[in-house]
Amino acid sequence: MKRQYDMLVIGGGPGGALAAKTAAEKGLSVCLVEKRPAIGAPVRCAEGIGKELLTDFIPPDPKWIATDIERAELVAPDDFSMVLEPKMAGSEVGYVLDRKVFDRELVWKAAEAGAETYVKARATAPIMRNGAVAGAVIEQHGKMYDVDAKITIAADGIESKFAKWAGIDTTVPLREIESCAQYLMTGIDIDAQMTSFYLGNDVAPAGYVWVFPKGKGLANVGIGIGGSKSGAGHRAKDYLDRFVKRKFPDGKCIELIVGGVSVCKPLSCTVADNMLIVGDAARVSDPITGGGIYNAMYTGRLAAETAIEALEKGDTRKAALLPYDTTWRSSTLGKALERNYAVKEVFVGLSDEKLNAIVHSISKINLEEFSTLTLITELIKANPSLLLELRHLKAFL
Amino acid sequence: MLNIRRDICGYCGACVSVCPEGALELVDAFLTVDIACINCGICEKVCPLGALEVVKE
Ligand SMILES: Cc1cc2nc3c(=O)[nH]c(=O)nc-3n(C[C@H](O)[C@H](O)[C@H](O)COP(=O)(O)OP(=O)(O)OC[C@H]3O[C@@H](n4cnc5c(N)ncnc54)[C@H](O)[C@@H]3O)c2cc1C
Ligand code: SF4
Ligand code: SF4
Repeated sequence: MKRQYDMLVIGGGPGGALAAKTAAEKGLSVCLVEKRPAIGAPVRCAEGIGKELLTDFIPPDPKWIATDIERAELVAPDDFSMVLEPKMAGSEVGYVLDRKVFDRELVWKAAEAGAETYVKARATAPIMRNGAVAGAVIEQHGKMYDVDAKITIAADGIESKFAKWAGIDTTVPLREIESCAQYLMTGIDIDAQMTSFYLGNDVAPAGYVWVFPKGKGLANVGIGIGGSKSGAGHRAKDYLDRFVKRKFPDGKCIELIVGGVSVCKPLSCTVADNMLIVGDAARVSDPITGGGIYNAMYTGRLAAETAIEALEKGDTRKAALLPYDTTWRSSTLGKALERNYAVKEVFVGLSDEKLNAIVHSISKINLEEFSTLTLITELIKANPSLLLELRHLKAFL
Repeated sequence: MLNIRRDICGYCGACVSVCPEGALELVDAFLTVDIACINCGICEKVCPLGALEVVKE
C-alpha cells in the first residue's frame, strides 16, 4: 500500500468496484480497501436484478448468473396469487445472480484496470486536513497506514461509518430500515423461472417475503420487515421460520444470511470536500423493492466520473463535486427513488384488506412492460379507492 | 450496557446503520460497541437475530 493516491475507495461492494474501475481506466492511481477477507462474502443479498439495468455495466456471464427470470408472482395476504408475465415479445425480466462470484468479478475488473486492491484492510478513521477529508487511516494485518488521497469514495455499504466520522449524519431511522433474514434453501418445489413476493401484515409487516430461484429446487427464501415492527419474539428470522414451516416444510437450509436495507430518503447531500458517497452508504437503495445493486454501480461510476473531471480541473472541493449529487438526483434512478419513497410511505400503512384488493385488481392488468412504475400506474387506475391515499403521488406519475 | 451475543450475531451491520450515536462498528465479523452508547435500545430492536440486549446496570 502506498502512502498517496489520487483516489481511495472504501469498500469492495458493487459501488466501490465501479468507482475504482472507472477511475483506474482513466489512469488515476486508485486504492480500494475492503475490510472483509473475501470480496462478496458473506452475501447480504437476495441477488435479483433487472436485465437491462445490469447490461448497462457488464455483459452477462453465466459464471455469475444463477437463473434467468421470466415472470413474477405477487401473493396477497389471503393467499390469492397473481402471476405477472410481461406480454411484450422477447421481453426480458431479470436475473438472480451469484453475488459471491459477481462482486469478485467487479473488483477483479477494477484491479485489471489498474486499481490496487487490499482485503482485510479496514478504514478506521478519515484523515482530516483543514476540516476536509484527505484520505484515511487503514488498518491491515495489525498495522496502521496513513493513506493520503485527493479524493475519497465512501462505498462502505449499509454499515457505513466513514461519512459519519467525517461529520455527515448517515443514521437510518428505525422505521426506515428493513430488518432482513434469508435462507438459501434446497429441495423445495418452485418454478425456477419465477420470483415470488408475499405480502401481508402477518407474513411480513411493512415488508415482504421473497422467493428468488437459483436453480431447480433451490432458492433464496428471505424476508424484510420494517425496523419498528421488529422486536423480541417477532424478528425477521421468526417470521421467516414461520413462513418456511408453512410453505416449504421439507426444504433444507444450506445458508443463513441476515442484513439491513435502508428504505429512507437518500442522504441530503452525497458530497463533501474531497469526498463522494455512493451506494448503500448514500442510502440510495430502492424504498419499495430494497434493490440496490444497480443503484450502487450507477452512483459508483458516476462519482468516479465526476471526480476525474474535478481532478483534471484541480478543484475537488464540495462545490466542484456537486454535479455528482445533482446528476444522480435528476436521473431516472433519482426520480424513481423519490417516487418509490412516496409510494412506500403509503404501502407500509395498508391493511391486509387493502393489500388483498390491490393484488386482486392487478390480476386483471395486461402488463406491457416490467417495471415498478407501470405496476404502480396500473394499480392506481384499477383502484380508485386508493386514490385518496395515493393522491399526493399524482405528481410523480 | 449493551451486551453483544456474538454466538448469535450474523455480522450484517443492520444495527450499525441505525445507531444514533455511531457507537457500533463491525470489524469484519466482530461487532464492537464503544463508550458513546447511550443504551437507547434501537439496535436491540432492529437485529434480525436478536443478538443484542441492553442490560440494566
Ligand atoms: C437481505 C438483503 C437482500 C437484498 N436483495 C437485493 C436484491 O435482490 N437486489 C438488489 O439489487 N439489491 C438487494 N439488496 C441490496 C444490495 O445488497 C445492496 O444495495 C448492495 O450490495 C449495495 O452495494 P454497495 O457497494 O453500496 O455496498 P456493499 O455491497 O454493502 O459493500 C460495502 C462494502 O464495504 C465494506 N466496508 C464497510 N466498512 C468498511 C471500512 N471501514 N473499511 C473497508 N471496507 C469497509 C463492507 O465490508 C462491504 O464489503 C439486498 C440487501 C439485503 C440486506
Ligand atoms: S443487527 Fe444483529 S446480526 Fe446484524 S450485526 Fe447487529 S447484532 Fe449482529
Ligand atoms: S443501544 Fe442505542 S446507542 Fe447503544 S449501540 Fe444500540 S443503538 Fe447505539
